[in-house]
Amino acid sequence: MPMRRAHLQLAALAAVPVVVLAVFFVLPVAGMVHRGFVVDGRYDPGAVLEVLGRARVHRVVRFTLWSSAAATLIATLLGLPAAFVLHRLDFPGRRLLRVVVLVPFVLPTVVVGVALRELLGESGPLGGLGLDGTAGAILIGLVFFNVSVVVRTVGAAWEGLDPRPGEAAAALGASPWQVLRTVTLPALRPAIVSAASVVFLFCATAFGIVLTLGGLRYSSVETEIYLLTTQLLDLQAAAALSIVQLLAVVLLLALAARLRQVPDPTQRRVVPRPRPVRRSDLPAMAVTAAVVALVVLPMLTLLRGALRVDGHWSLDHFRALRTTGGDNALAVPVTEAIATSWRIAVDATWMSLTLGVLVAVVVTRRSTGRVERRVRGLLDGFFMLPLGVSAVTLGFGFLITLDRPPLDLRDSPLLVPLAQALVALPIVVRTLVPVLAGIDPRQRQAAASLGAGPLRAWIDVELPVVWRPLLAVAGFAFAVSLGEFGATSFLVRDDRPTLPVVIVRLLGRPGADNYGMALAASVVLAVLTGAVMLAVERLRVPSLGVL
Amino acid sequence: MILRTRARSTALGAAVLTLALGACSLSGGSADEGAADDASPSAGATAGGRVVLLTHDSFSLPKKLIAAFEKESGIDLTIRSTGDAGVLTSQLVLAAGDPVADVAYGIDNTFASRALDADVFAPGTPSADGVAAYDLPGDDEHALAPIDTASVCVNVDDAWFAARTITPPTSLDDLTDPRYRDLFVTPGATTSSPGLAFLLTTIAAYGEDGWQDYWRALLDNGTKVVSGWSDAYEVDFTAGGGGGDRPIVLSYDSSPAFTTDGKGGSTTHALLDTCFRQTEYAGVLQGAANPAGAAAVVAWLQSPQVQAALPDSMYVFPVLPDTALPTDWARFAVQPEKPYSVDPADITAQRDTWLREWNDLIGG
Repeated sequence: MPMRRAHLQLAALAAVPVVVLAVFFVLPVAGMVHRGFVVDGRYDPGAVLEVLGRARVHRVVRFTLWSSAAATLIATLLGLPAAFVLHRLDFPGRRLLRVVVLVPFVLPTVVVGVALRELLGESGPLGGLGLDGTAGAILIGLVFFNVSVVVRTVGAAWEGLDPRPGEAAAALGASPWQVLRTVTLPALRPAIVSAASVVFLFCATAFGIVLTLGGLRYSSVETEIYLLTTQLLDLQAAAALSIVQLLAVVLLLALAARLRQVPDPTQRRVVPRPRPVRRSDLPAMAVTAAVVALVVLPMLTLLRGALRVDGHWSLDHFRALRTTGGDNALAVPVTEAIATSWRIAVDATWMSLTLGVLVAVVVTRRSTGRVERRVRGLLDGFFMLPLGVSAVTLGFGFLITLDRPPLDLRDSPLLVPLAQALVALPIVVRTLVPVLAGIDPRQRQAAASLGAGPLRAWIDVELPVVWRPLLAVAGFAFAVSLGEFGATSFLVRDDRPTLPVVIVRLLGRPGADNYGMALAASVVLAVLTGAVMLAVERLRVPSLGVL
Repeated sequence: MILRTRARSTALGAAVLTLALGACSLSGGSADEGAADDASPSAGATAGGRVVLLTHDSFSLPKKLIAAFEKESGIDLTIRSTGDAGVLTSQLVLAAGDPVADVAYGIDNTFASRALDADVFAPGTPSADGVAAYDLPGDDEHALAPIDTASVCVNVDDAWFAARTITPPTSLDDLTDPRYRDLFVTPGATTSSPGLAFLLTTIAAYGEDGWQDYWRALLDNGTKVVSGWSDAYEVDFTAGGGGGDRPIVLSYDSSPAFTTDGKGGSTTHALLDTCFRQTEYAGVLQGAANPAGAAAVVAWLQSPQVQAALPDSMYVFPVLPDTALPTDWARFAVQPEKPYSVDPADITAQRDTWLREWNDLIGG
């Protein structure tokens, strides 16, 4: 009997996120793919398969795999030392640096594209490198965006790592390198694999970066889907590529799940204080400095552009944010868009946290049988799917499936935050799952045997461990929502645009003032994001190193 | 015990935080929604009812103008914008016959015939007097009414050329002249609407079998291809916001109106022999819930008030004759007299081939 109850519980917990994902993800994507398969009312899968034989498709897939793999590797190699330095060492300003490293992740790609091009372009400070319009520039852009995912995810795990096994190894004569290789890295493996798989998926679905920095010379699966869907209306080919994307995601997730498995997920409760910097930390510090430079340079370019008015330094572009821009470029003042973005981000955050916690709990409960373990594994992968699917396909799918009864959601004010919540959900789940998986189920059993109900047991056993990562990831989700552009641009209401939408709009308008305003608004977005993240970091201070 | 209290206080902290954030939200649903949707069916019996206008994301008109129209006509106008003209067209074609809107605005002559082929628009959309010159070639049933027009032309930074005492280029051929090596930047045809217009310019100028060689020469001469208009104009163009280093850019005939020098002149000008005219259309959708209201919206878009607001709102020229232009426009935004053109039906038939060929040239 207790087993049946456990199953029911699992089903009840999983129901909400599954339904949400089914309606807001599976339905739109399936709607688009279906359009590719059905030609003139006839089901014609042959035409879709035929697309996969095209030489161009092969080239596109090859480039996507190559660039994503390379960028993931670089981001991980740079991110690991930075995660260590920013999360395990104690030095002034580290909290600020953590936030700084995170900001790029949430900037709209269009803005980052412009900033990076001003930096790397022919007339930019780094123009001499000749990177503009090359694959190298694309890699820099991808790493710029995603290195924060590695720092954040691995850093959180590293912070919570029990130092005693490492200390024991060192006491037994292991060198620092041996400790790192044989104790620390294996313990961090789940977090590293999680981060790397997320980064890979982000890279594989990057759109703006590939186009803007690659000078149109490179096509990825994502840019190709855009071209096919919006320019050529070749839905068969788009469907074929969408399926390739989905299959690749599933494959990658399965692989990651295998690599992520830890032999003994017991609870680690002794959290070390960050220690002072030693001489041996210098190489890691150097890499961290490089990461910070990579992140800060383009942002400084933005700031400089925002402060230059007709060749002078001035705050005029910032003052202009209260207006609708030169020649009324916008429907609402930028300040109003900021308020809209803020409200939407609050909603998106609680939505993604609610869904994310439910999913993480369902996925990490110890399974009683093989079938159940399978089901949980599938669920885990299911919620990662949005990461690997083209925003164009999803956005278009929204437009053609959610705009008529019974699902007429086009005008619902909750559609935009929900879409953004789905974008943030995989990160939320990926951050929480390793944390929850590290909790010894015997604790919960003990709580239950002492008479605690499931909710009570969760509050007493899990919450104390989870709440810090939860807050951290709340900040992350909030920031993602603030900067989300892809899905939002399809769904946002004309009279209530978000900050990134307004920025992109200003960039597309003639007049140097509008351009400066766009940069100023980008700076505001970056600062706002940074402030939220800093607040989240601050909130963690009282308990830091105590738990 | 200690662990216990801490757990509770942290839980409390998290709860307080959630509340504090939640207090200012649910996407401000209270302020905006509400009234708009209740009004339609019963109230709209006499005048207009609800009309949904689907357009692209560059759409912009003064709020006052929209409010005045709603008041006058009794129409409750809902404006939805999605992506660029390409996205808009794709969306319309996908929902052909069963549209979510009543009227669409913003399909241009490079996409229009695809929509006509799919019977997206209802025939017989009335048009104002004097705009027939802009009618879409091949639209025999007059399903589309022209609303605005703008030409995509090569622009040059006169200040840059004057400072170096070099004669600026004047023609498409000049762009392949080694004297202008590494000076031209253009947005790409696959990712930007002006970029596509420029590709069509070259196809019209050099023929279906000649444009490839012209593009090879362009690329050999150091032409830079970037993804969008803002990339080209704002980042790479010498007279754009970012101060790039290329003094020749693909932009619009209206662009010189935005580079005034404050001394009664403009520092850039458009090469009027390199232009392709883009005209944007509006039309009542086949299967619209409110065709009468939709037709009223089309007529409104062609009205003198909206036409006069177009330059400042959307950076395009009005199609209605004798519409007054803003001062800077009247002085510096010169429209080409003989722009290049390609038959819309040809564009629809060949777009795929041309874009793929172009893409291969660029990626080569």
